[in-house]
Amino acid sequence: MAPIDSYLALVGFGQTGWGWLLLTAAAMTIGVSVCGFLAGTVIGTIITFMQLSRHMAIRWLADGYTTILRGVPDLLVIYLFYFGGSAFLGSVGGLFGYQGFIGMPAFLTGTLALGVVSAAYQAEVFRGAYRSVARGEIEAASAVGMRPWPKFRRIVAPLVLRYAIPGLGNTWQLVLKESALVSVTGLVELLRQSQIAAGSTRRPFEFYLMAVVLYLVITWFSSILFRRMEARTTQGIRGAL
Amino acid sequence: MDTGFLWETFLTLLSGLPLTLELAVTSILAGSALALAISLLAVTGGTVGRTITGAYVFVFRGSPLLVQMFLIYYGLGQFRHELQDLGVWGFFREPYWCAVLALTLNTAAYCSEIFRGGLQAVSIQEIEAARACGMSGILLFRRIILPIAIRHALPAYGNEIILMLKATALASVITIMEVTGLAGKLIADSFRAFEIFIVAGAIYLAIIFVVTRMLMVVEFWLSPHMRMRLQS
Repeated sequence: MAPIDSYLALVGFGQTGWGWLLLTAAAMTIGVSVCGFLAGTVIGTIITFMQLSRHMAIRWLADGYTTILRGVPDLLVIYLFYFGGSAFLGSVGGLFGYQGFIGMPAFLTGTLALGVVSAAYQAEVFRGAYRSVARGEIEAASAVGMRPWPKFRRIVAPLVLRYAIPGLGNTWQLVLKESALVSVTGLVELLRQSQIAAGSTRRPFEFYLMAVVLYLVITWFSSILFRRMEARTTQGIRGAL
Repeated sequence: MDTGFLWETFLTLLSGLPLTLELAVTSILAGSALALAISLLAVTGGTVGRTITGAYVFVFRGSPLLVQMFLIYYGLGQFRHELQDLGVWGFFREPYWCAVLALTLNTAAYCSEIFRGGLQAVSIQEIEAARACGMSGILLFRRIILPIAIRHALPAYGNEIILMLKATALASVITIMEVTGLAGKLIADSFRAFEIFIVAGAIYLAIIFVVTRMLMVVEFWLSPHMRMRLQS
């Protein structure tokens, strides 16, 4: 058999192929990344509000958060949630008289770790975006008599989002790639599935190469998606020009 | 908190620090050299050069570093006999060199984009002025283009150095016991994730603090014209 045929038999969808498993695992990669990214958006928004706070102590807390989580390897954060979470669940179990080991669910670990890490990056993106909103636009909203909440929801937030989209796109790509690290917790995402396939067929090169290709496809598609979103949210700007 | 445990952890993790720094320094130096070559090819190589370098950058920036590391360490292990025939098996057998290679190729992709931006930011007037003084070729590149490009690229390059320092942690996944590798082992043994995270995190933050200060010094040193303006 020609090498290309045997390669396709290995990673394709035939009887001996790992294709479906790899695709399912790729879906898991996307799933854990999306959950982690959204968790990061929620935490990041809170951190941004803290950074813009009037109280110095709250600002310090937020700055400490972003400095630490941007300065520490993400693998350490994953270890923290994975082993720390299990230890925490174990001690909670101990309170109820359960002495055995309670493992931290790998998907939850991934979501929390990716969320906490990406929140630090997203907070910086949101803060930068908030700074680029022209003061005049906010003042105009106040001038027509908008109350604080509608003003935030209908004027400030959409503007912040518009400026934040390119930065959020970068953060999303980062999260997508970082999600490969979650494989150390045993979550069967793309890299872990490739490891399993590589181990049981003794053909690591083929499977890691396939993993690289699948990651490239996902990152390429998401860059197109973000470019579309950017184009849509800046329609108004283009119209004005 | 148990200070004795923290101190013991600190001493254990500190023993992994030389390896972390070695990985970072080796791959940053090799990666920067490679990145310079790539960015020169991208700027001067025409369509072919742009296509080749574009593909390289796309592949290495679009896929996770950990997968690249696995591809090099485990994947190339499959071609043991071919590599032995080429006489390079000694290199690919060592997880350390595989990690260095993966980090180098990865950072080269990011750095080449930074350098390309820096090179393209050198204004044509500056080059014309140098040409008017009779400079050309390597002298022009060495004395005018490169220093200006470095100055433009330095802030982004500094970020990349910090990212690389953190990226060395991935080497722990292919059995290298640097700071994160030791931390992971300690956490798995003792389950005291929080304390060990604090100590390991503090070590990384300390290195990054020192590196950012050093970068600030370099930036100050490379931009005398900005200083003059501030003093007057």
